[in-house]
Amino acid sequence: MNNFAYQQVGKAKDATAILREDKQAAFIAGGTTLLDLMKTNIEQHSQLVDINLLPFKGIEQTSDGLRIGALERMSDVGENRLVLEQYPAISESLLLAASPQLRNMASIGGNLLQRTRCGYFRDVAFPCNKREPGSGCPAQKGDNRNLAILGVSDSCIANSNPGDLAVALVALDAVLTLENAKGKQRRVPLTNFYLLPGNTPHKETVLEPGELIVAVTVPTAAHARRSMYLKVRERTSYAYALASAAVGLDVQGGQIRSARVALGGVGAQPWRSLEAEKILTGAPATEATFRAAAAAALQGAQPREHNGYKVELAKNTLVRALFDLTAKV
Amino acid sequence: MTNDSFTDQPGAAPDDGSRRSFMKQAGGILGLALTPPFVSQAERLTALSRKVQGVSEMRLKVNGTVRVINAEPRVTLLDALREYLDLTGSKKGCDLGQCGACTVLVDGRRINSCLTLAVMNQGREITTIEGLAKGDDLHPMQAAFVKHDGFQCGYCTPGQILSGVACVNEGHATSDAQTREWMSGNLCRCGAYPNIVAAVREVQQKGGGKA
Repeated sequence: MNNFAYQQVGKAKDATAILREDKQAAFIAGGTTLLDLMKTNIEQHSQLVDINLLPFKGIEQTSDGLRIGALERMSDVGENRLVLEQYPAISESLLLAASPQLRNMASIGGNLLQRTRCGYFRDVAFPCNKREPGSGCPAQKGDNRNLAILGVSDSCIANSNPGDLAVALVALDAVLTLENAKGKQRRVPLTNFYLLPGNTPHKETVLEPGELIVAVTVPTAAHARRSMYLKVRERTSYAYALASAAVGLDVQGGQIRSARVALGGVGAQPWRSLEAEKILTGAPATEATFRAAAAAALQGAQPREHNGYKVELAKNTLVRALFDLTAKV
Repeated sequence: MTNDSFTDQPGAAPDDGSRRSFMKQAGGILGLALTPPFVSQAERLTALSRKVQGVSEMRLKVNGTVRVINAEPRVTLLDALREYLDLTGSKKGCDLGQCGACTVLVDGRRINSCLTLAVMNQGREITTIEGLAKGDDLHPMQAAFVKHDGFQCGYCTPGQILSGVACVNEGHATSDAQTREWMSGNLCRCGAYPNIVAAVREVQQKGGGKA
Protein backbone atom coordinates (compact mmCIF):
# COMPACT_ATOMS: atom_id res chain seq x y z
CA MET A 1 0.00 0.00 0.00
CA ASN A 2 1.10 3.56 -0.63
CA ASN A 3 1.76 5.58 2.48
CA PHE A 4 -1.18 7.58 3.77
CA ALA A 5 -2.36 9.60 6.72
CA TYR A 6 -5.17 8.44 8.98
CA GLN A 7 -7.66 10.22 11.13
CA GLN A 8 -10.76 9.28 12.97
CA VAL A 9 -13.63 11.74 13.06
CA GLY A 10 -16.62 12.02 15.35
CA LYS A 11 -18.96 13.98 13.13
CA ALA A 12 -20.20 13.43 9.60
CA LYS A 13 -19.54 17.03 8.57
CA ASP A 14 -15.89 16.67 9.58
CA ALA A 15 -15.56 13.51 7.53
CA THR A 16 -17.13 15.04 4.43
CA ALA A 17 -15.14 18.27 4.89
CA ILE A 18 -11.85 16.37 4.72
CA LEU A 19 -12.84 14.70 1.48
CA ARG A 20 -13.97 18.03 0.06
CA GLU A 21 -10.51 19.49 0.69
CA ASP A 22 -8.53 16.41 -0.25
CA LYS A 23 -9.77 14.74 -3.40
CA GLN A 24 -7.45 11.77 -2.84
CA ALA A 25 -8.79 10.98 0.61
CA ALA A 26 -11.23 8.14 1.25
CA PHE A 27 -13.55 7.01 4.03
CA ILE A 28 -12.79 3.77 5.81
CA ALA A 29 -15.28 1.72 7.83
CA GLY A 30 -14.68 -2.06 7.80
CA GLY A 31 -11.78 -1.70 5.39
CA THR A 32 -12.27 -5.09 3.76
CA THR A 33 -12.86 -3.69 0.28
CA LEU A 34 -10.75 -0.56 0.54
CA LEU A 35 -7.55 -2.13 1.87
CA ASP A 36 -7.88 -4.96 -0.65
CA LEU A 37 -8.05 -2.40 -3.48
CA MET A 38 -5.15 -0.44 -2.04
CA LYS A 39 -2.93 -3.49 -1.55
CA THR A 40 -3.46 -4.44 -5.17
CA ASN A 41 -2.67 -0.87 -6.29
CA ILE A 42 -6.07 -0.43 -7.89
CA GLU A 43 -6.68 2.54 -5.59
CA GLN A 44 -4.26 4.92 -3.90
CA HIS A 45 -5.36 7.40 -1.27
CA SER A 46 -3.61 10.26 0.48
CA GLN A 47 -5.48 9.75 3.73
CA LEU A 48 -8.11 7.50 5.21
CA VAL A 49 -10.87 9.02 7.27
CA ASP A 50 -12.15 6.52 9.83
CA ILE A 51 -15.91 7.00 10.07
CA ASN A 52 -16.62 4.23 12.57
CA LEU A 53 -17.54 6.68 15.34
CA LEU A 54 -20.30 8.30 13.28
CA PRO A 55 -23.79 7.57 14.59
CA PHE A 56 -24.91 5.64 11.51
CA LYS A 57 -26.03 2.66 13.56
CA GLY A 58 -29.19 0.78 14.41
CA ILE A 59 -31.44 -1.85 12.88
CA GLU A 60 -35.01 -0.86 13.53
CA GLN A 61 -38.56 -0.83 12.27
CA THR A 62 -39.66 2.73 11.49
CA SER A 63 -42.81 4.15 9.91
CA ASP A 64 -40.92 4.04 6.57
CA GLY A 65 -39.96 0.39 7.03
CA LEU A 66 -36.75 -1.32 8.07
CA ARG A 67 -33.95 1.17 8.68
CA ILE A 68 -30.36 -0.08 8.76
CA GLY A 69 -27.54 2.26 9.74
CA ALA A 70 -24.77 2.26 7.14
CA LEU A 71 -22.14 1.35 9.75
CA GLU A 72 -23.89 -1.78 10.94
CA ARG A 73 -21.85 -4.90 10.16
CA MET A 74 -23.04 -7.57 7.72
CA SER A 75 -23.07 -10.28 10.39
CA ASP A 76 -25.17 -8.22 12.81
CA VAL A 77 -27.75 -7.33 10.15
CA GLY A 78 -27.84 -10.85 8.71
CA GLU A 79 -28.61 -12.41 12.09
CA ASN A 80 -30.91 -9.66 13.33
CA ARG A 81 -34.28 -11.09 14.34
CA LEU A 82 -36.34 -8.36 12.66
CA VAL A 83 -34.45 -8.79 9.39
CA LEU A 84 -34.64 -12.60 9.58
CA GLU A 85 -38.38 -12.62 10.16
CA GLN A 86 -39.66 -9.70 8.11
CA TYR A 87 -37.04 -9.33 5.34
CA PRO A 88 -35.60 -12.84 4.87
CA ALA A 89 -34.08 -12.12 1.42
CA ILE A 90 -31.86 -9.48 3.03
CA SER A 91 -30.71 -11.81 5.80
CA GLU A 92 -30.03 -14.62 3.34
CA SER A 93 -28.11 -12.38 0.94
CA LEU A 94 -25.85 -11.29 3.80
CA LEU A 95 -25.24 -14.71 5.33
CA LEU A 96 -24.48 -16.30 1.95
CA ALA A 97 -21.88 -13.61 1.22
CA ALA A 98 -18.15 -13.58 1.96
CA SER A 99 -16.92 -15.38 5.11
CA PRO A 100 -17.83 -15.04 8.79
CA GLN A 101 -14.66 -13.00 9.40
CA LEU A 102 -15.38 -10.57 6.57
CA ARG A 103 -19.03 -10.27 7.60
CA ASN A 104 -17.91 -9.31 11.11
CA MET A 105 -15.85 -6.48 9.61
CA ALA A 106 -17.68 -5.18 6.54
CA SER A 107 -20.19 -2.37 6.91
CA ILE A 108 -23.48 -2.17 5.03
CA GLY A 109 -22.46 1.09 3.33
CA GLY A 110 -19.13 -0.35 2.27
CA ASN A 111 -20.78 -3.52 1.01
CA LEU A 112 -22.91 -1.44 -1.35
CA LEU A 113 -19.76 0.28 -2.63
CA GLN A 114 -17.62 -2.80 -3.24
CA ARG A 115 -16.08 -2.94 -6.69
CA THR A 116 -16.02 -5.50 -9.45
CA ARG A 117 -14.10 -8.76 -9.27
CA CYS A 118 -13.41 -8.65 -13.03
CA GLY A 119 -9.89 -10.04 -13.38
CA TYR A 120 -8.86 -7.31 -15.81
CA PHE A 121 -9.97 -4.57 -13.43
CA ARG A 122 -8.10 -6.23 -10.60
CA ASP A 123 -4.82 -6.68 -12.48
CA VAL A 124 -3.16 -3.34 -13.12
CA ALA A 125 -1.02 -4.92 -15.87
CA PHE A 126 -4.12 -4.90 -18.11
CA PRO A 127 -6.01 -1.98 -19.62
CA CYS A 128 -9.45 -1.38 -18.10
CA ASN A 129 -11.94 1.36 -18.93
CA LYS A 130 -13.27 1.27 -15.40
CA ARG A 131 -9.85 1.72 -13.84
CA GLU A 132 -8.28 3.91 -16.54
CA PRO A 133 -10.98 5.53 -18.68
CA GLY A 134 -10.32 5.09 -22.39
CA SER A 135 -7.66 2.40 -22.01
CA GLY A 136 -9.82 -0.41 -23.39
CA CYS A 137 -11.67 -3.55 -22.27
CA PRO A 138 -9.81 -6.81 -22.84
CA ALA A 139 -12.73 -8.67 -21.24
CA GLN A 140 -14.88 -8.21 -24.35
CA LYS A 141 -12.92 -10.87 -26.23
CA GLY A 142 -11.02 -12.30 -23.27
CA ASP A 143 -11.81 -14.38 -20.21
CA ASN A 144 -15.38 -13.26 -19.68
CA ARG A 145 -17.00 -16.38 -18.31
CA ASN A 146 -17.79 -14.79 -14.94
CA LEU A 147 -18.86 -11.42 -16.32
CA ALA A 148 -22.19 -9.75 -16.95
CA ILE A 149 -24.73 -10.27 -19.73
CA LEU A 150 -27.34 -7.61 -18.91
CA GLY A 151 -26.82 -3.85 -19.12
CA VAL A 152 -23.31 -4.29 -20.52
CA SER A 153 -21.63 -2.07 -23.10
CA ASP A 154 -18.72 -2.22 -25.50
CA SER A 155 -16.74 -0.32 -22.86
CA CYS A 156 -17.34 -2.70 -19.96
CA ILE A 157 -18.96 -6.04 -19.18
CA ALA A 158 -18.04 -6.22 -15.49
CA ASN A 159 -20.48 -7.05 -12.69
CA SER A 160 -19.80 -3.66 -11.23
CA ASN A 161 -21.16 -4.52 -7.78
CA PRO A 162 -20.62 -8.27 -7.46
CA GLY A 163 -22.17 -8.56 -3.98
CA ASP A 164 -25.38 -10.18 -2.81
CA LEU A 165 -26.92 -7.60 -0.48
CA ALA A 166 -27.51 -5.04 -3.24
CA VAL A 167 -29.49 -7.62 -5.22
CA ALA A 168 -31.88 -8.22 -2.33
CA LEU A 169 -32.12 -4.50 -1.65
CA VAL A 170 -32.93 -3.45 -5.23
CA ALA A 171 -35.61 -6.14 -5.31
CA LEU A 172 -37.25 -4.80 -2.15
CA ASP A 173 -37.29 -1.11 -3.16
CA ALA A 174 -34.57 -0.01 -0.74
CA VAL A 175 -33.83 3.70 -0.47
CA LEU A 176 -30.47 5.12 0.56
CA THR A 177 -30.08 8.19 2.75
CA LEU A 178 -26.98 10.12 1.68
CA GLU A 179 -25.29 13.09 3.31
CA ASN A 180 -23.05 15.50 1.45
CA ALA A 181 -20.27 17.84 2.51
CA LYS A 182 -22.75 20.63 3.25
CA GLY A 183 -24.56 18.42 5.73
CA LYS A 184 -27.53 18.11 3.42
CA GLN A 185 -29.25 14.75 3.21
CA ARG A 186 -31.01 13.28 0.19
CA ARG A 187 -32.78 10.01 -0.46
CA VAL A 188 -31.99 7.91 -3.52
CA PRO A 189 -33.70 4.64 -4.46
CA LEU A 190 -31.02 1.96 -4.79
CA THR A 191 -32.31 1.21 -8.31
CA ASN A 192 -31.23 4.77 -9.25
CA PHE A 193 -28.01 4.68 -7.22
CA TYR A 194 -26.01 2.42 -9.52
CA LEU A 195 -25.09 3.59 -13.02
CA LEU A 196 -24.84 1.38 -16.08
CA PRO A 197 -21.42 1.40 -17.75
CA GLY A 198 -22.29 2.96 -21.13
CA ASN A 199 -19.21 4.88 -22.24
CA THR A 200 -18.29 5.83 -18.67
CA PRO A 201 -17.80 2.60 -16.69
CA HIS A 202 -15.60 4.45 -14.19
CA LYS A 203 -18.74 6.22 -12.96
CA GLU A 204 -20.38 3.52 -10.86
CA THR A 205 -22.85 5.35 -8.63
CA VAL A 206 -24.51 8.73 -8.25
CA LEU A 207 -22.57 9.32 -5.02
CA GLU A 208 -20.96 12.76 -5.10
CA PRO A 209 -17.34 13.17 -4.00
CA GLY A 210 -17.27 13.20 -0.20
CA GLU A 211 -20.87 12.07 0.12
CA LEU A 212 -21.63 9.45 2.79
CA ILE A 213 -24.18 6.66 2.94
CA VAL A 214 -26.07 7.22 6.20
CA ALA A 215 -28.69 4.49 6.14
CA VAL A 216 -30.70 2.05 4.05
CA THR A 217 -34.48 1.96 4.36
CA VAL A 218 -36.59 -0.94 3.07
CA PRO A 219 -40.39 -0.56 2.89
CA THR A 220 -42.47 -3.05 4.83
CA ALA A 221 -44.51 -5.22 2.47
CA ALA A 222 -46.08 -8.64 2.13
CA HIS A 223 -43.61 -9.46 -0.66
CA ALA A 224 -40.73 -8.50 1.66
CA ARG A 225 -41.97 -10.84 4.40
CA ARG A 226 -42.22 -13.64 1.87
CA SER A 227 -38.89 -13.20 0.13
CA MET A 228 -35.75 -15.21 -0.42
CA TYR A 229 -32.30 -15.07 -1.95
CA LEU A 230 -30.96 -17.97 -4.01
CA LYS A 231 -27.28 -17.98 -4.88
CA VAL A 232 -25.61 -20.28 -7.42
CA ARG A 233 -21.84 -20.56 -7.35
CA GLU A 234 -19.01 -22.89 -8.21
CA ARG A 235 -18.48 -24.09 -4.66
CA THR A 236 -20.90 -24.40 -1.79
CA SER A 237 -19.63 -21.47 0.19
CA TYR A 238 -17.42 -18.38 0.18
CA ALA A 239 -17.65 -17.49 -3.51
CA TYR A 240 -19.27 -14.81 -5.61
CA ALA A 241 -22.48 -15.66 -7.43
CA LEU A 242 -22.41 -16.94 -10.99
CA ALA A 243 -26.11 -16.16 -10.87
CA SER A 244 -28.46 -15.29 -8.05
CA ALA A 245 -32.05 -14.26 -7.59
CA ALA A 246 -33.78 -12.19 -4.94
CA VAL A 247 -37.52 -12.71 -5.12
CA GLY A 248 -40.48 -11.55 -3.09
CA LEU A 249 -44.07 -12.65 -3.65
CA ASP A 250 -47.46 -11.92 -2.17
CA VAL A 251 -49.53 -14.96 -3.18
CA GLN A 252 -53.14 -15.36 -2.17
CA GLY A 253 -55.36 -18.22 -3.34
CA GLY A 254 -52.74 -19.27 -5.87
CA GLN A 255 -52.69 -15.83 -7.52
CA ILE A 256 -49.67 -13.53 -7.32
CA ARG A 257 -50.78 -10.14 -5.98
CA SER A 258 -47.39 -8.49 -6.03
CA ALA A 259 -43.91 -9.61 -7.05
CA ARG A 260 -40.35 -8.35 -6.73
CA VAL A 261 -37.49 -9.79 -8.77
CA ALA A 262 -33.80 -8.94 -8.99
CA LEU A 263 -30.88 -10.90 -10.40
CA GLY A 264 -27.26 -10.97 -9.31
CA GLY A 265 -24.12 -12.17 -11.07
CA VAL A 266 -25.54 -11.40 -14.50
CA GLY A 267 -26.07 -7.64 -14.56
CA ALA A 268 -23.60 -4.82 -15.07
CA GLN A 269 -25.30 -3.64 -11.89
CA PRO A 270 -27.63 -5.41 -9.44
CA TRP A 271 -30.46 -6.17 -11.85
CA ARG A 272 -34.07 -5.39 -10.98
CA SER A 273 -36.41 -6.96 -13.51
CA LEU A 274 -39.65 -5.02 -13.86
CA GLU A 275 -40.34 -7.17 -16.95
CA ALA A 276 -40.45 -10.33 -14.85
CA GLU A 277 -42.55 -8.64 -12.17
CA LYS A 278 -45.08 -7.51 -14.78
CA ILE A 279 -45.60 -11.09 -15.92
CA LEU A 280 -45.85 -12.44 -12.39
CA THR A 281 -48.26 -9.85 -11.04
CA GLY A 282 -51.87 -11.04 -11.30
CA ALA A 283 -50.85 -14.41 -12.76
CA PRO A 284 -51.28 -17.85 -11.19
CA ALA A 285 -48.24 -19.07 -9.25
CA THR A 286 -47.38 -21.88 -11.68
CA GLU A 287 -44.31 -23.14 -13.46
CA ALA A 288 -45.55 -21.68 -16.75
CA THR A 289 -45.76 -18.23 -15.16
CA PHE A 290 -42.32 -18.57 -13.58
CA ARG A 291 -40.75 -19.66 -16.88
CA ALA A 292 -42.37 -16.78 -18.74
CA ALA A 293 -41.09 -14.35 -16.12
CA ALA A 294 -37.57 -15.77 -16.38
CA ALA A 295 -37.63 -15.50 -20.17
CA ALA A 296 -38.70 -11.87 -19.89
CA ALA A 297 -35.97 -11.10 -17.36
CA LEU A 298 -33.23 -12.39 -19.66
CA GLN A 299 -34.66 -11.11 -22.92
CA GLY A 300 -32.10 -8.34 -23.31
CA ALA A 301 -29.09 -10.54 -22.50
CA GLN A 302 -25.93 -9.84 -24.50
CA PRO A 303 -23.58 -12.71 -23.73
CA ARG A 304 -20.00 -12.78 -24.99
CA GLU A 305 -18.01 -15.84 -26.05
CA HIS A 306 -17.66 -17.58 -22.68
CA ASN A 307 -20.65 -16.45 -20.61
CA GLY A 308 -23.58 -17.59 -22.74
CA TYR A 309 -24.30 -20.28 -20.14
CA LYS A 310 -25.42 -17.53 -17.78
CA VAL A 311 -28.60 -16.91 -19.80
CA GLU A 312 -29.95 -20.38 -19.02
CA LEU A 313 -28.40 -20.45 -15.55
CA ALA A 314 -30.05 -17.17 -14.55
CA LYS A 315 -33.42 -18.28 -15.91
CA ASN A 316 -33.26 -21.55 -13.98
CA THR A 317 -32.06 -19.77 -10.85
CA LEU A 318 -35.03 -17.43 -10.99
CA VAL A 319 -37.53 -20.22 -11.67
CA ARG A 320 -36.15 -22.29 -8.80
CA ALA A 321 -36.25 -19.32 -6.44
CA LEU A 322 -39.91 -18.71 -7.32
CA PHE A 323 -40.68 -22.40 -6.81
CA ASP A 324 -38.88 -22.53 -3.46
CA LEU A 325 -40.62 -19.39 -2.30
CA THR A 326 -44.11 -20.55 -3.21
CA ALA A 327 -43.41 -23.94 -1.60
CA LYS A 328 -42.86 -22.10 1.70
CA VAL A 329 -46.02 -21.59 3.69
CA MET B 1 -8.54 5.34 19.29
CA THR B 2 -9.72 6.84 22.52
CA ASN B 3 -12.17 9.65 22.93
CA ASP B 4 -9.58 12.04 24.27
CA SER B 5 -8.60 12.73 20.67
CA PHE B 6 -11.78 14.71 20.33
CA THR B 7 -13.32 17.78 21.76
CA ASP B 8 -16.57 19.49 20.98
CA GLN B 9 -15.05 22.86 21.77
CA PRO B 10 -13.12 23.98 18.69
CA GLY B 11 -12.34 27.33 20.25
CA ALA B 12 -10.58 25.68 23.15
CA ALA B 13 -7.94 23.99 20.99
CA PRO B 14 -4.47 24.79 22.29
CA ASP B 15 -2.12 26.62 19.94
CA ASP B 16 0.42 23.84 20.15
CA GLY B 17 3.19 22.61 17.92
CA SER B 18 1.23 19.81 16.35
CA ARG B 19 -1.37 22.17 15.00
CA ARG B 20 1.32 24.40 13.55
CA SER B 21 2.97 21.50 11.82
CA PHE B 22 -0.37 20.51 10.33
CA MET B 23 -0.92 24.06 9.10
CA LYS B 24 2.55 24.12 7.57
CA GLN B 25 1.88 20.89 5.69
CA ALA B 26 -1.52 22.05 4.55
CA GLY B 27 -0.03 25.38 3.52
CA GLY B 28 2.69 23.69 1.53
CA ILE B 29 0.16 21.93 -0.59
CA LEU B 30 -2.54 24.52 -0.80
CA GLY B 31 -0.60 27.75 -0.08
CA LEU B 32 -2.04 30.28 -2.48
CA ALA B 33 -5.50 28.80 -2.44
CA LEU B 34 -5.94 29.53 1.25
CA THR B 35 -8.86 31.76 2.00
CA PRO B 36 -10.08 32.81 5.43
CA PRO B 37 -13.01 30.36 5.55
CA PHE B 38 -10.69 27.51 4.60
CA VAL B 39 -8.23 28.39 7.33
CA SER B 40 -10.90 28.30 9.98
CA GLN B 41 -12.13 25.00 8.59
CA ALA B 42 -8.65 23.50 8.83
CA GLU B 43 -8.25 24.81 12.36
CA ARG B 44 -11.54 23.31 13.37
CA LEU B 45 -10.59 19.95 11.91
CA THR B 46 -7.32 19.78 13.80
CA ALA B 47 -9.14 20.64 16.96
CA LEU B 48 -11.64 17.86 16.45
CA SER B 49 -9.44 15.00 15.43
CA ARG B 50 -5.84 13.98 15.46
CA LYS B 51 -4.29 13.18 12.14
CA VAL B 52 -1.84 10.29 12.27
CA GLN B 53 0.91 10.67 9.72
CA GLY B 54 4.19 8.80 9.37
CA VAL B 55 5.62 6.65 12.14
CA SER B 56 3.40 7.15 15.16
CA GLU B 57 2.94 5.62 18.55
CA MET B 58 0.13 3.11 18.83
CA ARG B 59 -1.11 1.10 21.78
CA LEU B 60 -2.45 -2.36 21.12
CA LYS B 61 -3.93 -4.58 23.79
CA VAL B 62 -2.92 -8.07 22.74
CA ASN B 63 -3.70 -11.15 24.79
CA GLY B 64 -4.43 -8.99 27.82
CA THR B 65 -1.28 -6.86 27.71
CA VAL B 66 -1.00 -3.31 26.34
CA ARG B 67 1.93 -3.13 23.94
CA VAL B 68 3.30 0.05 22.39
CA ILE B 69 4.58 0.14 18.84
CA ASN B 70 5.81 2.87 16.54
CA ALA B 71 4.41 2.29 13.08
CA GLU B 72 2.93 4.01 10.05
CA PRO B 73 -0.86 4.16 9.68
CA ARG B 74 -0.62 1.78 6.71
CA VAL B 75 0.61 -1.08 8.88
CA THR B 76 -2.08 -3.74 9.06
CA LEU B 77 -2.98 -5.39 12.34
CA LEU B 78 -1.44 -8.61 10.98
CA ASP B 79 1.89 -6.92 10.23
CA ALA B 80 1.83 -5.17 13.60
CA LEU B 81 1.43 -8.53 15.33
CA ARG B 82 4.05 -10.33 13.28
CA GLU B 83 6.66 -7.69 12.50
CA TYR B 84 6.40 -5.31 15.45
CA LEU B 85 5.31 -7.57 18.32
CA ASP B 86 6.98 -10.83 17.25
CA LEU B 87 3.69 -12.66 17.54
CA THR B 88 4.23 -14.79 14.46
CA GLY B 89 1.49 -17.30 15.23
CA SER B 90 -0.96 -15.34 13.08
CA LYS B 91 -0.03 -16.25 9.53
CA LYS B 92 0.08 -14.26 6.32
CA GLY B 93 -1.39 -16.35 3.54
CA CYS B 94 -3.06 -14.34 0.79
CA ASP B 95 -2.93 -10.97 2.60
CA LEU B 96 -6.23 -10.13 0.85
CA GLY B 97 -8.87 -11.59 3.15
CA GLN B 98 -9.39 -14.73 1.10
CA CYS B 99 -7.67 -17.49 3.11
CA GLY B 100 -8.30 -16.84 6.81
CA ALA B 101 -4.75 -17.70 7.96
CA CYS B 102 -4.56 -14.30 9.68
CA THR B 103 -7.75 -14.77 11.71
CA VAL B 104 -7.66 -13.22 15.19
CA LEU B 105 -10.36 -12.23 17.68
CA VAL B 106 -11.03 -8.53 18.24
CA ASP B 107 -13.39 -7.86 21.14
CA GLY B 108 -14.31 -11.53 20.87
CA ARG B 109 -15.24 -11.41 17.16
CA ARG B 110 -13.19 -13.22 14.54
CA ILE B 111 -11.77 -11.00 11.82
CA ASN B 112 -9.11 -11.08 9.10
CA SER B 113 -6.23 -9.13 10.62
CA CYS B 114 -4.75 -8.50 7.15
CA LEU B 115 -7.68 -6.25 6.17
CA THR B 116 -7.68 -3.88 9.11
CA LEU B 117 -5.15 -1.26 10.18
CA ALA B 118 -3.31 -1.51 13.48
CA VAL B 119 -4.14 2.14 14.16
CA MET B 120 -7.86 1.34 13.97
CA ASN B 121 -7.63 -1.40 16.59
CA GLN B 122 -6.30 0.60 19.50
CA GLY B 123 -8.41 0.26 22.62
CA ARG B 124 -9.71 -3.14 21.55
CA GLU B 125 -9.06 -6.58 23.03
CA ILE B 126 -7.03 -8.54 20.50
CA THR B 127 -6.62 -12.29 20.98
CA THR B 128 -4.10 -14.24 18.92
CA ILE B 129 -3.18 -17.93 18.95
CA GLU B 130 -0.44 -17.10 21.48
CA GLY B 131 -3.12 -15.96 23.93
CA LEU B 132 -5.27 -19.09 23.96
CA ALA B 133 -3.32 -21.53 26.14
CA LYS B 134 -3.08 -21.03 29.90
CA GLY B 135 0.56 -21.73 30.50
CA ASP B 136 1.14 -25.35 29.52
CA ASP B 137 -2.59 -26.08 29.43
CA LEU B 138 -3.82 -26.01 25.88
CA HIS B 139 -7.13 -24.36 25.08
CA PRO B 140 -9.78 -27.06 24.45
CA MET B 141 -9.79 -26.16 20.74
CA GLN B 142 -6.01 -26.58 20.52
CA ALA B 143 -6.24 -29.93 22.31
CA ALA B 144 -9.03 -31.05 19.98
CA PHE B 145 -6.96 -30.15 16.90
CA VAL B 146 -4.10 -32.26 18.26
CA LYS B 147 -6.41 -35.15 19.12
CA HIS B 148 -8.18 -35.16 15.73
CA ASP B 149 -5.08 -34.36 13.68
CA GLY B 150 -6.74 -31.20 12.36
CA PHE B 151 -3.76 -30.17 10.25
CA GLN B 152 -0.94 -31.36 8.07
CA CYS B 153 1.53 -28.56 7.29
CA GLY B 154 0.09 -26.37 10.05
CA TYR B 155 0.18 -23.03 8.26
CA CYS B 156 -3.56 -22.43 8.38
CA THR B 157 -3.92 -23.92 11.87
CA PRO B 158 -3.72 -20.80 14.08
CA GLY B 159 -6.43 -19.17 11.98
CA GLN B 160 -8.50 -22.36 11.95
CA ILE B 161 -8.29 -22.66 15.73
CA LEU B 162 -9.29 -19.05 16.41
CA SER B 163 -12.07 -19.30 13.86
CA GLY B 164 -13.17 -22.54 15.49
CA VAL B 165 -13.26 -20.90 18.92
CA ALA B 166 -15.43 -18.09 17.55
CA CYS B 167 -17.60 -20.51 15.58
CA VAL B 168 -18.47 -22.43 18.75
CA ASN B 169 -19.05 -19.25 20.78
CA GLU B 170 -21.33 -17.85 18.07
CA GLY B 171 -23.45 -21.00 18.19
CA HIS B 172 -22.60 -21.90 14.61
CA ALA B 173 -21.13 -25.35 15.24
CA THR B 174 -24.29 -27.27 16.14
CA SER B 175 -24.04 -29.69 13.18
CA ASP B 176 -21.33 -30.84 10.78
CA ALA B 177 -22.99 -29.01 7.89
CA GLN B 178 -23.32 -25.78 9.84
CA THR B 179 -19.72 -26.05 11.00
CA ARG B 180 -18.48 -26.49 7.44
CA GLU B 181 -20.43 -23.44 6.28
CA TRP B 182 -19.30 -21.23 9.16
CA MET B 183 -15.67 -22.37 8.91
CA SER B 184 -15.58 -21.68 5.16
CA GLY B 185 -13.52 -18.50 5.62
CA ASN B 186 -10.50 -20.62 6.55
CA LEU B 187 -8.87 -22.51 3.70
CA CYS B 188 -6.67 -25.58 4.24
CA ARG B 189 -4.68 -26.55 1.18
CA CYS B 190 -3.60 -29.82 2.80
CA GLY B 191 -7.28 -30.73 2.95
CA ALA B 192 -7.56 -31.51 6.65
CA TYR B 193 -11.19 -30.37 6.61
CA PRO B 194 -12.84 -33.56 7.96
CA ASN B 195 -10.50 -33.55 10.97
CA ILE B 196 -10.98 -29.83 11.52
CA VAL B 197 -14.75 -30.28 11.54
CA ALA B 198 -14.36 -33.18 14.00
CA ALA B 199 -12.25 -31.02 16.33
CA VAL B 200 -14.63 -28.06 16.26
CA ARG B 201 -17.66 -30.30 16.77
CA GLU B 202 -16.09 -32.04 19.74
CA VAL B 203 -15.40 -28.75 21.48
CA GLN B 204 -18.96 -27.63 20.76
CA GLN B 205 -20.40 -30.84 22.17
CA LYS B 206 -18.31 -30.54 25.31
CA GLY B 207 -19.46 -26.93 25.67
CA GLY B 208 -16.00 -25.41 25.96
CA GLY B 209 -15.16 -22.69 23.46
CA LYS B 210 -14.35 -19.56 25.41
CA ALA B 211 -11.17 -17.75 24.43
